[in-house]
Amino acid sequence: MNTTTDELLQVDDLVVTYAGKGMFAKGVEILHGVSLRIGRGETLGLVGESGCGKTTLGRAVLGLAPVTGGRIEFGGKDISHATRKERQALSRDLQVVFQDPYTSLNPAMTIGDILSEPLGIQGITGADARQRVRTLLDRVHMPVDAMDRVPREFSGGQRQRIAIARALALEPKLIVCDEPVSALDLSTQARVLDLLLEIQENIGVSYLFISHDLDVVRHISHRVSVMYAGEIVEDGDATKVTTDPDHPYTRRLLLASPVPDPDRQAARREERLAHTAAMGFEVA
Amino acid sequence: MSENVTTSEPASPEAGQSGTVVRPNLVRRLLKNPLGMAAAVIIGLAVLAAILAPLIATHDPNTASLTDVLIGPGENGHWLGTDSAGRDIYSRLVWGARVTLLSGALAASVGIVLGLPTGLIAGYFGGKFDGVASWLVNVLLSLPGIMVLLAVRAATGPSVWISMIVLGVLFAPGFYRLTRTAVQSVRNELYVDAARVAGLSDARIIARHILSVVRAPVIIQASMVAGLSISIQSALEFLGLGDPLVPTWGAMVGDGFRNIYRQALNLVWPMLALAVIIGGFVLLGNALRDALEDLEKVKAKHRTDTSARGSLGSAPPVEAGTEGILLKVSDLGVGYPQSDGTIKKVVDDVSFEVNRNEVVGIVGESGSGKSQTAFTILGLLPDNAVVTGGSIQFDGNYTVALGDDRVPQSRLVELRGKRISYIPQEPMSNLDPAFTIGSQLVRPMVKVLGISKDEAKQRAIDLLASVGIPDPPRTMAAYPHEVSGGMAQRVLIAGAFSCDPDLIIADEPTTALDVTVQAEVLDVLRELQDRVGLGVVMVTHNFGVVADICDRVVVMQDGRVVEQGAVRQILRDPREQYTKMLLDSTLEDKEPLTRLLVDAGEGSA
Repeated sequence: MNTTTDELLQVDDLVVTYAGKGMFAKGVEILHGVSLRIGRGETLGLVGESGCGKTTLGRAVLGLAPVTGGRIEFGGKDISHATRKERQALSRDLQVVFQDPYTSLNPAMTIGDILSEPLGIQGITGADARQRVRTLLDRVHMPVDAMDRVPREFSGGQRQRIAIARALALEPKLIVCDEPVSALDLSTQARVLDLLLEIQENIGVSYLFISHDLDVVRHISHRVSVMYAGEIVEDGDATKVTTDPDHPYTRRLLLASPVPDPDRQAARREERLAHTAAMGFEVA
Repeated sequence: MSENVTTSEPASPEAGQSGTVVRPNLVRRLLKNPLGMAAAVIIGLAVLAAILAPLIATHDPNTASLTDVLIGPGENGHWLGTDSAGRDIYSRLVWGARVTLLSGALAASVGIVLGLPTGLIAGYFGGKFDGVASWLVNVLLSLPGIMVLLAVRAATGPSVWISMIVLGVLFAPGFYRLTRTAVQSVRNELYVDAARVAGLSDARIIARHILSVVRAPVIIQASMVAGLSISIQSALEFLGLGDPLVPTWGAMVGDGFRNIYRQALNLVWPMLALAVIIGGFVLLGNALRDALEDLEKVKAKHRTDTSARGSLGSAPPVEAGTEGILLKVSDLGVGYPQSDGTIKKVVDDVSFEVNRNEVVGIVGESGSGKSQTAFTILGLLPDNAVVTGGSIQFDGNYTVALGDDRVPQSRLVELRGKRISYIPQEPMSNLDPAFTIGSQLVRPMVKVLGISKDEAKQRAIDLLASVGIPDPPRTMAAYPHEVSGGMAQRVLIAGAFSCDPDLIIADEPTTALDVTVQAEVLDVLRELQDRVGLGVVMVTHNFGVVADICDRVVVMQDGRVVEQGAVRQILRDPREQYTKMLLDSTLEDKEPLTRLLVDAGEGSA
């Protein structure tokens, strides 16, 4: 439909408006014209604070939020208003890992069933599916006998691995990761990040990595977009944006995230107070 | 103390993998319950009788014999005697089981067939269908059931089946509402979203992910409804509104009742059958609920042990030379009794000190016991928690002395909220939504400090200003839901400082906040702490927060102290492998897009 590009995902001027409650209520516009692009094998970090719309952007890409303006293009095809049928075809290439590993897995299903569900839709069943599930569990470093157990038998980090395995089941081209490590302990977070990097090295998948944590985003992303109140205020190379940002809001984010060393943190604190004084940000 | 204390096993990250959780099947669980077993036997026997009626009945249930009217049990080949028309009571009971069970099943099935799909659709899709369906349901619910049944009987004649279908329709709203509520509660679960992303059709999402949620409540409700329908159906028969050609228990009760002075026993048999079968369905419903809904219930043992009370008020003086220390935790152990009689320790042999004008961080991952330690200091442990050892002293007095096996509340009540205060993790859930912020700040001050209300108000306004709230009087008048999370946390910090405490226990006070708000809240905390010079215990998992505010750090893992020391020493030159691993896991200052834990390859998270 459109010019062919190297971009895997291209979001242009996206507007998302949730319908208001009641017949005459006005809708609430969450995203006010957001644009971003992700290349093949690339990770775009999307960082912002609660309520800025970053999760809504991810959900719009997945078809879980209503697109009321602009367009989303995936692999050269407009998917802004894809039907359920088209979504089903898309699910092969476009997958998701949610924040909360406790509610993103159906508690009543075994891990084997959870992992083979996406396979079944694409027509892979029986022994083929079981073999594939085994490979998936192996890829996320989970024991094969996990197949016959249910989610509550696993810790948060293990569940997040299973959620990642489910996302990988159809060898997608893009995985939307919505705060995938923010519910996890520090060392578990490190292991899951390591796993995501390892998978990217192995199969060249792209990530749209949504997080509130600048450090996490810096670590995992090639490029970073910073979102504030439904708009992207800054984007560019990950290291540049997350260590030497241009936009005052990104600067404020950076200076607010504490560093694990008392003296450097004291220096950062001074810098932040000076910055706040200069910018005159109101109290949150 | 307790005889069999077991240390909590080192909950390695993969602890979940070695445990086997049994998923017993429903039928077996149901039958293991004596009530469930009894219900199954009763209903099973009734079903058997109904199926085998033609074989086990000794007479035709409708054959009248004017020579054998109202004879007693055992006479003339009639095991239970005959009714007023000379019909064999035993045979009528057996045939009546058919009608009774089928009518219960019919009403429940109609209710489910109408209520379940509509409830699923209304709950899952919402929108117009939900509006119309819910309106219809409200209409149905407002109809007086018994009048409807009588009207239908008048219009269509005496048919058990029609009245049961109508009854089923009247029961449908119950199923509808039950299903709709259950579906709404899972409709937005992330696993349903994940299924949508996977491209599952709505029908398959409902079948695979939603139906399993409503299955249990619907089965339970069906059992109850079956019992209820049987009693209503019997009531109609008893009133003589049934089909005289169909043998039913209700009609038999009616006949027995009319001839109660001539053959009283005739009333007993059908009544007994009805009572037993209805009781059976109710028991089945209860047993199903137990089997389906209360999966794991570890009964908390109620301890009658009063040794803690025995030592109340008689705390020995603290060790000489330690009186000046603000808070001294020594060899503290805390555990929870398990169902097998052992005690699972969540805090084990923990010792540290906090001085005035010092912020001590307790760092650890989930399950490290850091919050449990904080709650023990505050005396806010759950009722079943046991102090397995050690002591806590506050400002020269024991709050938990050696030998106490729970935290003596009488000692803590004097301190908590007065000299020791608390800043929680979730600011919103720690403010009462029913009172204004002002009243929640003022009342404790009036009570604890003994100052007048106006004085307290002024003090609250000053405190709110000092925690960086721009318009204190307006915030005072606001209700908790009217302020942001960051504001609420500032209010709680103001509250924590309001009664001039000596020690503040802060349990992850910034974890729920955005990073920019966290920075400001930490600023406020640091400034107040500096100004007042009190001691702070800061429970956190964030090394950045530790670096920002703490003077000393205690690192905990699996309920034990791994190491403790000055903040610079721990963060820059940790001695223990665990602390090193935690610091390796932090992301600041690491090479992007590289592995963090190359050597730690345990392959599990």
